[in-house]
Amino acid sequence: MEKRVKFKGIWLPILLVLPQILITAVFFFYPAGQAIWQSLFIPDPFGLSMQWVGLGNFEFLLSDRYYRASFVTTAVFSILVTVVSMGVALYLAVLADRLVRGSGTYRTLLIWPYAVAPAVAGVLWLFMFNTRVGVVTWYLGLLGYDWNHVLNEGEAMGLVVIASAWGRISYNFLFFLAGLQAIPRSVIEAAAIDGAHFWTRFRTIVFPLLSPTTFFLLVVNIIYSFFETFGVIHTITSGGPQQATTILVYKVYSDGFVGQDLGSSAAQSVILLAIVSLLTVVQFKYIERRVHY
Amino acid sequence: MATLTLDNVKKSFGKADVIHGISIDVADGEFIVIVGPSGCGKSTLLRMVAGLETVTSGDVQIGGRRVNDQEPMDRDIAMVFQNYALYPHMSVFDNMAYGLKIAKTPRADIEERVAQAARLLQLEAYLQRKPRELSGGQRQRVAMGRAIVRKPAVFLFDEPLSNLDAKLRVQMRLEIKALQRELGVTALYVTHDQVEAMTMADRMVVMNDGIADQVGAPLEVYANPATEFVAGFIGSPPTNFLSAEVLGRAGDARIGVRPEHTRLSEGGNLTARTVYSEALGAETLVHLKCADGTQVTVRQDAASTIPREGAEVGLDWDTANEMRFDSSGRRC
Repeated sequence: MEKRVKFKGIWLPILLVLPQILITAVFFFYPAGQAIWQSLFIPDPFGLSMQWVGLGNFEFLLSDRYYRASFVTTAVFSILVTVVSMGVALYLAVLADRLVRGSGTYRTLLIWPYAVAPAVAGVLWLFMFNTRVGVVTWYLGLLGYDWNHVLNEGEAMGLVVIASAWGRISYNFLFFLAGLQAIPRSVIEAAAIDGAHFWTRFRTIVFPLLSPTTFFLLVVNIIYSFFETFGVIHTITSGGPQQATTILVYKVYSDGFVGQDLGSSAAQSVILLAIVSLLTVVQFKYIERRVHY
Repeated sequence: MATLTLDNVKKSFGKADVIHGISIDVADGEFIVIVGPSGCGKSTLLRMVAGLETVTSGDVQIGGRRVNDQEPMDRDIAMVFQNYALYPHMSVFDNMAYGLKIAKTPRADIEERVAQAARLLQLEAYLQRKPRELSGGQRQRVAMGRAIVRKPAVFLFDEPLSNLDAKLRVQMRLEIKALQRELGVTALYVTHDQVEAMTMADRMVVMNDGIADQVGAPLEVYANPATEFVAGFIGSPPTNFLSAEVLGRAGDARIGVRPEHTRLSEGGNLTARTVYSEALGAETLVHLKCADGTQVTVRQDAASTIPREGAEVGLDWDTANEMRFDSSGRRC
């Protein structure tokens, strides 16, 4: 059944969608257009003059060793954040789903980290892992492990992954729990009578029935780890050490506003824009249809 | 194939006692229907036999073996759920083969058994379809098929027909009964529909508020209800109940008379006013109201004359057809 409102004139509908269009125009179309335009120039650091270079910025970027390394860093980072946050969230959701009493409290407590801004989360984790005064660092030291994410690239990556994934677990947990609770209890019971133990049931019944939720979260989490983790990276590592945690979105910032290479930064934004568009297309194509079963 | 024994089985959820001790001996190959209004504990009882609920006290035995502490999968049972509980992401074939695959049955054996069940249930053309592509009746059959292929000792049915329309329900009723007879499997069948209970059961258990009011063959239960509840629940339209006071008799016993045993007459035991009548074709149900407000239904042959609404008529019956119940509802 389709519900459609029919308008007589053209002005009322335009008026109704105008605020949305204005916001999109001011905060998206205009800056995006600027970025595309700027990516074709090399401006001087003070913004006094611009020199037309055509696709020169792109050519330079694609042959740049550091930029290509940043792609790899982003891929590793995104995959790790997505896997960790979704894996832990699924585990917690499965446990919460089995809980008969007190699941409301449990759920509420688990949602809290989602309310913490990424930059704040970054600072929290930075304090815990601070190389001199961090609590975790101190305990690791007692165990004989010398934690230093300022020097060690692997540890730096590990820390930003944990800090980014942490806030995300709540969000994923909510979706997974809702997905689990939407599976009819009798289907699980039928599988139990059919002889499937907990793990077999999870593998053959629960996980396949959860696939629409999983797929949705996969796309959303990848996009999240691409962009919204900026705050975490900025507060914890600033992209270092040795650019080991410089993901694409951080490189846009550091090349543009720290390195003052606004042309290259704009070109990087355009490339990111293209990647997001691609991801969004994938998202719409598959999520609108849902994963079929 | 096996016997099933419930020995003083009780169930409590926290402080709430749901089932107050039920004992039944089910013979090998017998079809037992547990019938009762919603909330009487019949589904809980079935789920305890299945192992989906723990037994608070008492024993459940399948084939002479105590199964209280066994997992559902170890009890050698199969269950058909009210909403069928099919695996939505699997084809009909995989739905039926699931249990066998888990039991690591050889592939050829699985195919043969599923094919056999599909033939029996006329599902051969649908083996590759997903449950959502099937009608309600077909889904019901798949659920049956899933139970059959495992060749369990006991079949458990939890209101399997209540999601079907009336016509299909009648058809599936016959099919399930025929199938059970053919396979010779012991069956426990839960329903709130007394017609299903009457038509399918070898013996039925009428449950009321966590107690088995009566266990017996359908016609025996119909003819000789043990309690006022059973007399009122089994039979449609329900038994007429009249207090001794209305009948002008001494004592506080209540008298039950079935509508088909009640006659319209001149004079008779008491008089009542016709409220309305329902013509069903072969028969007509005349609803009347006594002076004190008690409702009475009389089943009349369609050929007989039906009093017009508002008319005063007399009610009569043979004393042999009277059922007397004491104040606690027991037969006396």
